[in-house]
Amino acid sequence: MIDPSTSFVPDPKVPPGPLENKWSNFKKTARLVSPNNRKKFKIIVVGTGLAGASAAASLAELGYEVSTFCFQDSPRRAHSVAAQGGVNAAKNYRNDGDSVYRMFFDTLKGGDFRAREANVYRLAECSAHLIDQAVAQGVPFAREYGGYLNNRSFGGVQVSRTFYARGQTGQQLLLGAYQAMMRQVGLGNVKSHTRHEMLDLVVEGGQARGILVRDLDNGKISRHAAHAVLLATGGFGKIYYLSTLAMGCNGTAIWRSHKKGALTACPSWTQIHPTCLPQSGDYQSKLTLMSESLRNDGRIWVPKKKDESRPAHQIPEQERDYYLERRYPSFGNLAPRDISSRAAKERIDAGFGVGKMKNAVYLDFEEAIREQGKATIKRKYGNLFDLYEKITGINAYQSPMLISPAAHFSMGGLWVDYELSTNIKGLYALGEANFSDHGANRLGANSLLQACVDGYYVIPYTLPHFLASLPKENVPSTDTPAFERAENQLKASLDKLLAIKGTKSVDHYHKALGKLLYDHCGLSRSAEGLQKAIALIKELREDFNQNVMIPGHSQEMNDELEKAGRVADYLEIGEQMCLDALTREESCGAHFREEYQTADGEALRRDKDFSFVSCWHRVEGKSVLVKEPLTFEFIQPTERSYK
Amino acid sequence: MHFKLKIWRQPNRHTKGNLVDYELSGVEPDMSFLEMLDMLNEKLIVNGEAPVAFDHDCREGICGQCGLFINGRAHGPHDQITTCHVHMRAFKDGDTIFIEPFRASGFPVQKDLKVDRSAFDEIIAAGGFISVNTGQSPEANSILISQDTAEAAFDAAACIGCGACVASCKNASAALFTAAKISHLAQLPQGKLERKKRVLSMVKKMDELGFGACSSTGACEVECPQGISISHIATMNREYFK
Repeated sequence: MIDPSTSFVPDPKVPPGPLENKWSNFKKTARLVSPNNRKKFKIIVVGTGLAGASAAASLAELGYEVSTFCFQDSPRRAHSVAAQGGVNAAKNYRNDGDSVYRMFFDTLKGGDFRAREANVYRLAECSAHLIDQAVAQGVPFAREYGGYLNNRSFGGVQVSRTFYARGQTGQQLLLGAYQAMMRQVGLGNVKSHTRHEMLDLVVEGGQARGILVRDLDNGKISRHAAHAVLLATGGFGKIYYLSTLAMGCNGTAIWRSHKKGALTACPSWTQIHPTCLPQSGDYQSKLTLMSESLRNDGRIWVPKKKDESRPAHQIPEQERDYYLERRYPSFGNLAPRDISSRAAKERIDAGFGVGKMKNAVYLDFEEAIREQGKATIKRKYGNLFDLYEKITGINAYQSPMLISPAAHFSMGGLWVDYELSTNIKGLYALGEANFSDHGANRLGANSLLQACVDGYYVIPYTLPHFLASLPKENVPSTDTPAFERAENQLKASLDKLLAIKGTKSVDHYHKALGKLLYDHCGLSRSAEGLQKAIALIKELREDFNQNVMIPGHSQEMNDELEKAGRVADYLEIGEQMCLDALTREESCGAHFREEYQTADGEALRRDKDFSFVSCWHRVEGKSVLVKEPLTFEFIQPTERSYK
Repeated sequence: MHFKLKIWRQPNRHTKGNLVDYELSGVEPDMSFLEMLDMLNEKLIVNGEAPVAFDHDCREGICGQCGLFINGRAHGPHDQITTCHVHMRAFKDGDTIFIEPFRASGFPVQKDLKVDRSAFDEIIAAGGFISVNTGQSPEANSILISQDTAEAAFDAAACIGCGACVASCKNASAALFTAAKISHLAQLPQGKLERKKRVLSMVKKMDELGFGACSSTGACEVECPQGISISHIATMNREYFK
């Protein structure tokens, strides 16, 4: 554990030198582990999405002994599978002015200048090779007639750098990583544990020593020791209950590591995705995402008249408000996600929403179909139109889609340095589980990229650099007092949850927390609302501890017990999110504080006072703020305008 | 809407299961089938009863985790759709609905409606990949692939690994699943070098795991949520005998 009495500034360990040389400088000087010694190092990878599977495959190929853990019944089901639109890479195949530097600039600006320059540059630098590698793995990206790779535009940029495989890019990239990992499983270099959930991190002498996991099929707790633990457990946007995430997505691994001393960073920065299916009833469990790529050809509008009752096709052109095109003429329908979502909320709140619950806006393909033909639109987005019809029963070739913003991506997560290491030695966080490259707002098609870059390109260099520094006598063992203590505490906490036997289901609390967060820590936030939310979350947590009902026992498959552990963590994470949002007295990216806006309702950033990463340190059950200053050496932050 | 539900309950892999009757009222037509089960479980939980265990995760048709046998059909009444995309508007008020797990010797029941499909991972581990180490690869555009080839490879690669093909086959064959991966990789220039070795080891593994031979009835492609054609099975056979 970290000594709570010392306040410290975490060291981001950014290598010296000019921006474009930082990563190569790191690689040049990084320590290596010789091939015959690699087998001696045990690595645990938690989560088998793009970041986890790519890291597991890469490290196993190098010769390390890798164990993977996932709660799903197969590594292939991790939620990376659901990413639709694409993956960005600075290939400049279109000759449209793209470059590593431009991609770096777009991403840094897209994140509202709240990310580390060096990390963002490395992301752009590694992007081009990722496409080469995915193609080599057999990812069937879209092609031009001549056989060359095709790409398209995404929000927040003015070039075409998004590579895609129909509307299933995440699935195809994940299958590439999964297959690479399964190849290593077949060769005996990776041991895959499916249906196993990490429930605690074991730390001793300031170093991560391993994890405790629960076998979800029989409830058995087991100990696993390693030289390093890599968390690739994804985002926690499911905290909002209604979200684009899978039902099982959770913050448990990162939160329990936080409780063992790992810093979190900017936990309140949640991307609310603008193009999702709207809520249609209280029973709803999911808000399905419709890829942002649809905004390449779809036009977003609401009626100009309040409480419009005519169906969309009867509303004449001059009575439609294409509000994104009106407010942001140079980016139009391809304005970044935070801006598009907020603009939609503004129209809906002002009474111009459409649909049964007046909670949606139109995404209209009429003009695109007229200009390009139905066949072309079908080829580009056919599976998305099919998906839309499956869920809503509506044919979007004939009438516009109804869309609405929904919780989607966690820009925040565990704090990591340039090497993806948390402040606990030997504990790393990859992909969406960490805070790093996206700042306060992630650009579309950068999440697949970041997960892959972390797993394929960064960790294979930074992890050996750490392993090579470990003394020889550092042999992992599960037979230690720290493991014993952690296991006893874990078993006691499971028994405690089961013993409550109250009257309300776990989902009841999850839904209540989700609503609180949407209301007070969602698209728009205020000091008053956040303070209120903190008090209400404390009450809700107390209620949960008194009145939750979990049938069954711990020595069996018990879905409610699994959910209860995750929701218990959410009830703590939610409070820290509100505190994080409350202390950041500025608007930036996805974080919009009502008190800090310009005269025309745009986000008002306060660089002088808030150019830092909010890192949270847990001291005696309380969240304490530690700041990592952000210095901009190569680009001076400017007003982020898409007008 | 009101429904009579007959649901397979089985405490674990080693205990025999049976169908149990439930009644559920207040169901809305726009609810998804899984949300209907959520509603039933909510009632069971507050009464202190064990909720029905069922597989699900993304609830948007792509993760492949959900899979129920509804009224005798894998993934329910529609063709080519996952269970999570079935909505209650597909049923009539007052209907009796039978809900069972996917049944196949290769997919043992874990609890209630959950099955173990880890056999699919084993088939992939046997050869469902291109042997390229990460970090090494030629420039992407040095491998030209015609649009038709890329699209055809994608059609096969789209498999979500749900196992509906196995559940709907009277021989519980995994031929469509295995063939889809073989066909995806064999069509691409990057995958051609290993095609012979791949098909031999994947088919061998599939047989070892207790999946039956292809029944040639085409039942699988009707239920496949990605509409993967049985023509890929022909491709697999051609690759095998090459």
